[in-house]
Amino acid sequence: MIKISRDKLNGALAKIARSCDLFLPVKKAGEVNYGKFDENAEVSLDTLKTVKSAKDFFFPQSETMMKFKLSGKNIEIEDIRKQPEPFVIFGVRGCDYRSFSILDNVFLQEPVDTFYKARRDAATIVTLACNKPETSCFCKAFGIDAAEPQGDATGWLDEKYLYLNANTEKGEKLLETVGEFSQPDDGKAVEELKKTTREITAKLPYSNIDLSRFKPENLNELFNLPVWNELSEACLGCGTCTFVCPTCQCFDIREFKTDTGVNRFRCWDSCMYSDFTQMAAANSRTTQMQRYRQRFMHKLVYYPSQYGGTYSCVGCGRCVNKCPQHLNILKVIKKIGGRKDD
Amino acid sequence: MQEINTENTGKKEFVPNIVAFCCNWCSYAGADLAGSSRLSYPANVKIVRVPCSCRVNPTFILKAFQRGADGVILCGCHPGDCHYVTGNYYTRRRMSLLFNFLDYLGIERGRTRVEWVSAAEGAKFSAVMNDFVKTVTELGENKRLQDLRVKEKADE
Amino acid sequence: MSELENKLIEKAKILLENGEVKRVVGWKKGEFYHDPSPATFETADGLKEFVYNDFCGANLSKYLIDINKKEGKTAVFLKPCDTYSFNQLVKEHRIDRENFYVIGTECHGKLDNRKLLAAGVDGVTDEKYVGDEVKFSTIYGDKTLKKGEAILERCLTCKGKKFMVSDDTVVIDETEDEVSDRFSKVAELEKMTADERFKFWQSQLSKCIRCNACRNVCPACSCVKCVFDNPQSGIAAKANDDAFEEQLFHVIRAFHVSGRCTDCGECSRVCPQSIPLHLLNRKFIKDIDSLYGEFKAGEVAEGKTPLTQFDTDDVDPNAAADAIK
Repeated sequence: MIKISRDKLNGALAKIARSCDLFLPVKKAGEVNYGKFDENAEVSLDTLKTVKSAKDFFFPQSETMMKFKLSGKNIEIEDIRKQPEPFVIFGVRGCDYRSFSILDNVFLQEPVDTFYKARRDAATIVTLACNKPETSCFCKAFGIDAAEPQGDATGWLDEKYLYLNANTEKGEKLLETVGEFSQPDDGKAVEELKKTTREITAKLPYSNIDLSRFKPENLNELFNLPVWNELSEACLGCGTCTFVCPTCQCFDIREFKTDTGVNRFRCWDSCMYSDFTQMAAANSRTTQMQRYRQRFMHKLVYYPSQYGGTYSCVGCGRCVNKCPQHLNILKVIKKIGGRKDD
Repeated sequence: MQEINTENTGKKEFVPNIVAFCCNWCSYAGADLAGSSRLSYPANVKIVRVPCSCRVNPTFILKAFQRGADGVILCGCHPGDCHYVTGNYYTRRRMSLLFNFLDYLGIERGRTRVEWVSAAEGAKFSAVMNDFVKTVTELGENKRLQDLRVKEKADE
Repeated sequence: MSELENKLIEKAKILLENGEVKRVVGWKKGEFYHDPSPATFETADGLKEFVYNDFCGANLSKYLIDINKKEGKTAVFLKPCDTYSFNQLVKEHRIDRENFYVIGTECHGKLDNRKLLAAGVDGVTDEKYVGDEVKFSTIYGDKTLKKGEAILERCLTCKGKKFMVSDDTVVIDETEDEVSDRFSKVAELEKMTADERFKFWQSQLSKCIRCNACRNVCPACSCVKCVFDNPQSGIAAKANDDAFEEQLFHVIRAFHVSGRCTDCGECSRVCPQSIPLHLLNRKFIKDIDSLYGEFKAGEVAEGKTPLTQFDTDDVDPNAAADAIK
């Protein structure tokens, strides 16, 4: 394990950024999102939750997949795929890191999503342990340890130092890059940090939320619960929860006509939208209740039934903080999860 | 944006793309009159005929910019002379607010204009277009309301 | 439970029990103290989940568009600024006045949970306004913030405590709050150079994730099908694939609600990226005021809006920018 004092941190980050693109939480126009490091970037590693999650790196909100060029009566297809250059993501929290494996299940199964895979292979991920999880955090319910996330390397921050530990070869290489800024560490401070975080996490109100009822075999029973009407009543049908969610993976494929051809691109879609999956006909889910139910059934029942019981929620709590009308997955789990009487 | 080579310098000169929304009952006929009177207006002005100036909604104007326009001008009947009696009065309010709003977003003010040109004013039509092209040429290429996906192709 | 909340529940109970209304629209307790959601109550018994605290920022008017189709009368709790939206919806024939029993509800500014989290106030269990301060009890201990640092932006420039429409009111504390000028930030932007303004809006609008929360929460955005959802419109988009689309969406949306926007501030409240969307709407309001005379959308439920009427001597569009100086 090594440590880098906070005043040398910027130098170390700049060193990494000289060899490849470095992305980390950056404050821009008042909000902290992942952004590219440069000397003017307002780095904000202490921010607990970026507004958007880290899934953008592998599954961006919109990306052009191919281009069609029209000349006369001929259509030429331009393959615009490029092997991405290696890049580093710094400061991924435990919840977001878990979301990558949830997305992997979907995008890396046959047929493999080559766009996704290329970016996944090019990335070195440095995670960052949480110091003070908020009340909206419930990653522990999904077996995530916010005090010791994995990744190619793991970081811990205290008042004075950033501690780094490599978990993979990629991680070790990265630690070598910043060798000149670091000093060896015995890991005692990190043990303290972990202890504090785990204590806070254990006391959070939703760390032990009861998920027992969300099982594939209960699919029909849960689907038909009348309580969905009440739960979804205030839903506006916006896509905030979907777009800040680290595990939502639905996309639409659309086309944009340029002057001389067509760009085919994909972009995030939201099951909350009335025009979701509107391909040949109409959205099969005609009411907002059905759309609302779909989102949570997918996260808590459909996905686990497809992928060995893993829930497609990581407890980051972004939807808890961002839903305009304060509807969120916690209310769903609390209302349905532990109770058997409705 | 188009570029032409000027013979002497070999440098490329900027020629703006202009979209002119013209009311069927006045300025569209004004453009005709300008043509038949052999009054010239620049060839880079592309006219879109509309039934009344108030048919033009802000989306039309923004879409024109998206598709590569460097300036957009809207021509209607003189206030009080609308074929549908009051259409251009509404246009006047809408465009006043829209132009101020675009200015507020930092889009150059000269890129949008409204002119009242009657069917009898061929000379005015020609003068207005020449003047507008001059203004937009001075402003240069539209960068602030552009869609790079369209430009990327055009430049190749 | 506060005295005010008790009074509201009492009122709702009477209305439901004597059959005057079929349902009551209010707010329901959430998992935390700070996350009440809008809800409909149909029985007096259901009211035990009713809540009214300083986190009840949601403007309930938008829900009335759907509820209007339901049979029977509906009672609705509206804060002073929400009553403007109600009137505007009546004016646009989106709701029928006679279908609703409006209960004007006291409000002294609603809290902005994001501001609180940024200031380290997490896990709130109770709050109290004392002078220009807000005292919080949280699961981590007591905290105090200046009111200006804790309440929603729209409440800093509150339009006043008067209800534009009401069948009944519940107000205990009648004091007016101190407010600042709602156009000062717009004026500040107007004074900048075009380059500075462009830079400001670029940095703000580039945060947009096209979640459509601003549109879906907006009581003025009541189109059955929005152009941005209509594949036939040519401008439908689910994501911003190019910076142009961020501008297009926000310009068209702001323009479409101009003259109808009551400045209820819901768009800015819900934006997950905290884009100051109210500054777009306020520019239109400010310009309308100075070019066509003072106008407050939703002040009354009749009459025309500035964009559906005209004067024969209105200013010319090319001169409009100078006319507002």
